[in-house]
Amino acid sequence: MKVTVRFFALYRERAGASERSWELPEGATLAALLREIRDVLPVLAPPEVEIVAAVNEEYAEGGVVLREGDEVALIPPVSGGTLATRFFTALRCVQNDMVGKR
Amino acid sequence: MIEITDKAIDPQPITAAVRRDSNGAVVTFLGTTRRTSMGKTVLHLEYEAYRPMALRKLREIAEEIVQNWRIEDVSIVHRIGRLEIEAISLVVAVASPHRKEAFAACGYVVDRIKETVPIWKKEVFEDGQVWVGCQSHAVSAAAD
Repeated sequence: MKVTVRFFALYRERAGASERSWELPEGATLAALLREIRDVLPVLAPPEVEIVAAVNEEYAEGGVVLREGDEVALIPPVSGGTLATRFFTALRCVQNDMVGKR
Repeated sequence: MIEITDKAIDPQPITAAVRRDSNGAVVTFLGTTRRTSMGKTVLHLEYEAYRPMALRKLREIAEEIVQNWRIEDVSIVHRIGRLEIEAISLVVAVASPHRKEAFAACGYVVDRIKETVPIWKKEVFEDGQVWVGCQSHAVSAAAD
């Protein structure tokens, strides 16, 4: 069966495409698809980072069984978040900047 | 009024859309694009949306706020595409009989938008660019 995989923002740039058709065995789960995508496109995210996905425009867990024609969107982190996440994001950003300058 | 637009936003009609004679308070939030980020000068910004899902999530937030708070109506308009500095990227207008609920609900709506709605912001600097919120993904760049 075939599903459509859509890439946005950071993932779109790293995948070099905004969407791609993906062939999967019947009964494949979202988790299985994500593993395949990460094998083919390791550049998307570091291994320790979880990739969040939506199936047919709704956030979905890995156990969801996909069906022919489903639209799977990979959702990079969105820009805001809570104060706490913004604080930690800022910290990480500063650390990355320091690493980048070395 | 729930919209995602690639044109400049005028907050006035968005605020007007939630006004009723039963309301004593309307709180309108404007999200605007900032000149500096992390100590660096931002040249411009680019917003990208997964439009149908983003609209669906915005409607869910609006429904949640009307059901669970003493709020009669909410308007949310988000701009996408290329934005210059000092532009309005987001307008949230919340109307309530009383100001306390209106202030609180408006803040809640903005927080929820930034947590759950698939809209991304890229800051473009003279020497690079960054997708805001995606710094956890930057390890590969650091490992180069």
